[in-house]
Amino acid sequence: MVSASTDYGYDSKVEGGVIVSRADAAINWIRTNSMWPMPMGLACCAIELMAVGGARFDIARFGAEVMRFSPRQADCMIVAGTVTYKMAPQVRRIYDQMASPKWVIAMGACASSGGMYRSYATLQGVDRIVPVDVYVSGCPPRPEALLDALMKLQAKVQREPSARRLLSA
Amino acid sequence: MSADFLAALRSRFPQAADRASADHPAVNVPLADVVAVLKFLRDEHGFDLLMDVTAIDWAEGANPRFTVVYHLLSTTRSGSYVRVAAPCGGNDEAPVAPSVTSLWPGANWHERECYDMFGIRFEGHPDLRRILMWEGYPYHPLRKDFPLAGIETELPGADVVEETGTKVVAAPMAGGPFVAASGEINLSEAEPRAKDESWSDRVARPDQTPLRQVKE
Repeated sequence: MVSASTDYGYDSKVEGGVIVSRADAAINWIRTNSMWPMPMGLACCAIELMAVGGARFDIARFGAEVMRFSPRQADCMIVAGTVTYKMAPQVRRIYDQMASPKWVIAMGACASSGGMYRSYATLQGVDRIVPVDVYVSGCPPRPEALLDALMKLQAKVQREPSARRLLSA
Repeated sequence: MSADFLAALRSRFPQAADRASADHPAVNVPLADVVAVLKFLRDEHGFDLLMDVTAIDWAEGANPRFTVVYHLLSTTRSGSYVRVAAPCGGNDEAPVAPSVTSLWPGANWHERECYDMFGIRFEGHPDLRRILMWEGYPYHPLRKDFPLAGIETELPGADVVEETGTKVVAAPMAGGPFVAASGEINLSEAEPRAKDESWSDRVARPDQTPLRQVKE
């Protein structure tokens, strides 16, 4: 029996109780389904982020319900809100304190581009201080949009050459 | 009701002059008398709450350039609100006004904000630091000569600057001001648009540093 998936192979006649997989597939599967977010809630987007964690939208369905306020225990920083220049160094330091592998979601217009705050006080997009994986449009985005961003990020993580990176690190 | 304290103020401080105001009574007083006037209003006319300390920048060339304004409210006499304005001393770069933290402890943060935004030094303030912008920021953003987009300068946090190479840059106004179209057109066309769309966050204006994208 040939499976359409390249992530695993199983043939009961040949292998018995053994499943064959690729290291990348196994590592990425683990990473994808327990992504612990660091909720970098800085403005009104954080309210929508809380709704995503609530029962109605329930980010737990995607394995990302464990919001960690300690960067040491988080994999995915969700920058939810306006980043001022005064706050920017702190955001970067929190990102630096997260253990690799780590990802960043820029949630909403302000985090993505400065949004409507074209002013002296606002960082014009969080990608100027941290590498962003997924941008979410909206002001603020609907909770579904953030769930979509998480699914996009999961799809992205599944394509990563994790085993090669681990060996070369 | 407002006339009684104004008449008393005028007889006690003949140098106080009426100030044009659309709503509440307002007075102009010399800077030297401002603390005495505020103490008089607080102690003898029930203006027990300092609502705000703010300032006006009359722009470069005006003399005096800055006016400091104290807003008072009475919580015991309903509807009593008065503004006391005084021209600042010092020079244009470092205007000076007296602190009223001795009268209202709540003046502390109002005066810090006023110092942060206008650069007015409040003499006698116990802890005159910036409150909104970071320590070491070289400008006072609400001054008339400061552009809304900001001025290119260093980001706070030397370690982060070293890591990212990011600066505080003038925000891309993208040819603003933004103008919305009206009339019988669809919503995507009615969105506010810049008058000059030749530059944006992606395409820098020739005299500005382009916004840098951090790569992994």
